[in-house]
Amino acid sequence: MQDKNTIAEFNAATLDLVNQIIKRYPQGRQKSALLPVLHIAQAENNGWLSADTMDYVASLLGIQPIEVYEVASFYSMFNLQPVGNCVIEVCQTGPCWLNGAEQLLAHFEKRLGIKPGETTPDGKFTLKTVECLAACGNAPVIQVGTEYHEKLTTLKADELLDKWTAENKNSHTNPYL
Amino acid sequence: MAKQILLKNIEVPGLAGFDVYRRLGGYSAVEKALKGYTPDQVTDEVKKSGLKGRGGAGFPAGMKWSFIDKKSDNPRYFVCNFDESEPGTFKDRHIGQLNPHQLIEGMILGSYALGANAAYIYIRGELFYVLNIIEKAINEAYKNGFLGENILGSGYSLNLYCHPGAGAYICGEETALLESLEGKRGNPRIKPPFPAIVGLYGCPTVVNNVETIAALPWIVNNGGEAYAAIGTGASTGTKLISACGHINKPGIYEIELGLPVEEFIYSDEYCGGIRNGNSLKAVVAGGSSVPILPADLILKTAKGEPRLMSYESLAEGGFQTGTMLGSGGFIVMDHTTCIVKNLLTFARFYRHESCGQCSPCREGTGWMEKILMRIEGGQGTMKDINLLTDIAKNIEGNTICPLGDAAAWPVASAIRHFREEFEEHVKLQKCPF
Repeated sequence: MQDKNTIAEFNAATLDLVNQIIKRYPQGRQKSALLPVLHIAQAENNGWLSADTMDYVASLLGIQPIEVYEVASFYSMFNLQPVGNCVIEVCQTGPCWLNGAEQLLAHFEKRLGIKPGETTPDGKFTLKTVECLAACGNAPVIQVGTEYHEKLTTLKADELLDKWTAENKNSHTNPYL
Repeated sequence: MAKQILLKNIEVPGLAGFDVYRRLGGYSAVEKALKGYTPDQVTDEVKKSGLKGRGGAGFPAGMKWSFIDKKSDNPRYFVCNFDESEPGTFKDRHIGQLNPHQLIEGMILGSYALGANAAYIYIRGELFYVLNIIEKAINEAYKNGFLGENILGSGYSLNLYCHPGAGAYICGEETALLESLEGKRGNPRIKPPFPAIVGLYGCPTVVNNVETIAALPWIVNNGGEAYAAIGTGASTGTKLISACGHINKPGIYEIELGLPVEEFIYSDEYCGGIRNGNSLKAVVAGGSSVPILPADLILKTAKGEPRLMSYESLAEGGFQTGTMLGSGGFIVMDHTTCIVKNLLTFARFYRHESCGQCSPCREGTGWMEKILMRIEGGQGTMKDINLLTDIAKNIEGNTICPLGDAAAWPVASAIRHFREEFEEHVKLQKCPF
């Protein structure tokens, strides 16, 4: 796949943040900064990690690209394919299921006209299922970027979808800011 | 009324800020320890307290600390396990979000006791908004001289950092967490060596859960014996129980260990009973990994004694008729719940979260999910039920880390206690719910 929207490189402010993060680990252990830096890179690359983006992260940390790929492919928060502007992640594990997560997911599917893992043709929304978000007391729960939306009903889901559609919601913001 | 050790001030507005926390007596334990105690004295208090690891395994915290390799010339590390991901568990987020300084104060105390000059809080990546709250609190602690060089003129220095995960339940396993903190895939390590000898960057390391660490300020302030006086003797202190599912009042409750389960479920002070006046069907008492118990066995042991919220009472009867306190993730199901479908969501969870290193877990979790889908979807056979039990048996004890056991126990226990319901799915060739 062509990397249509790959960051050239971080701007000065982001580089500064990355360097601050690297300093949290002992000298020679800059690889430890990989997960935090991948979070930032993904946010700056429209919510996914292209090969070019991962190569850039490898060069920043002085590690081999394969060390980045093998990590990026392990963790579920990293997207290795393009996603929509707003990624909606619906928890489907036991406690959320006990409180109507299945119906909620079906509602999102119907409203957006897509199945989990798909993106709307206009590129606005991607729907995903995720496993336990550790907010079970307020089930059902969804995550959008760094936001949790809890005790969700189909009615509240509609309100959120209307709002996000109107404001062209982008869920890919630098999580440190 | 429950002992309020962890949640005493949780509702005070502005508690996440340094000034409010300090005004309520915060950081007095750090002052007391750094000025009056040697590191070993802090460890002794924690040993005396009987505090057990609150992440789920329940290993005595003081004993874990005492394993740290003091002969090593390498630096030592103290790491907080904030990878809260066990289905049904949502207590640590509560502390991180509303009382981050309590966690930071505990981190300072633990680091001092262990002789660590650097400490990390490993927090699951989904909780970035909590990470940001904690980082803000860490900055305040630095500004006020509780972190950094020569804390309170004691000569002791500590740097504390947050580190985000990126979506992997397995990183709650302490050696996988350390791998992840080193920027690698979260593959658990073979033990021994244990982290206390070979941990982060090959250095002596202790990893403790958020709730365990948050209890340290109280223990230092009041003494280990005072903490041990709370609870049942075998289960000391208080525990956060995160209650969810079909109850009237889901939420996070601090209980004195030893509270009767029946009181916890039905009292208005806690869960407030089952929703819609429904009847209780089953409880998963300590996070999705622990054996499910039917209503009669969660309320009373097989001997007919009232079941208590304690390590020993919940375990009474072993896995035949008992369960575990685990993480305190208390999932309640009413009579409308399909046990098979609930189990299917757990099976999917473990298949998704298996790191793939060990064949029994990597393959077995996938098979269990598929067979459960078959049974729930009306295509199951009676043989499938025994096959599930077989697979669970073959995973249990045959993997590097406990994720295999965690995946096997829910399946084995659901069939043990609710076999008729599986059989009914097969007979009807559909889900009866």
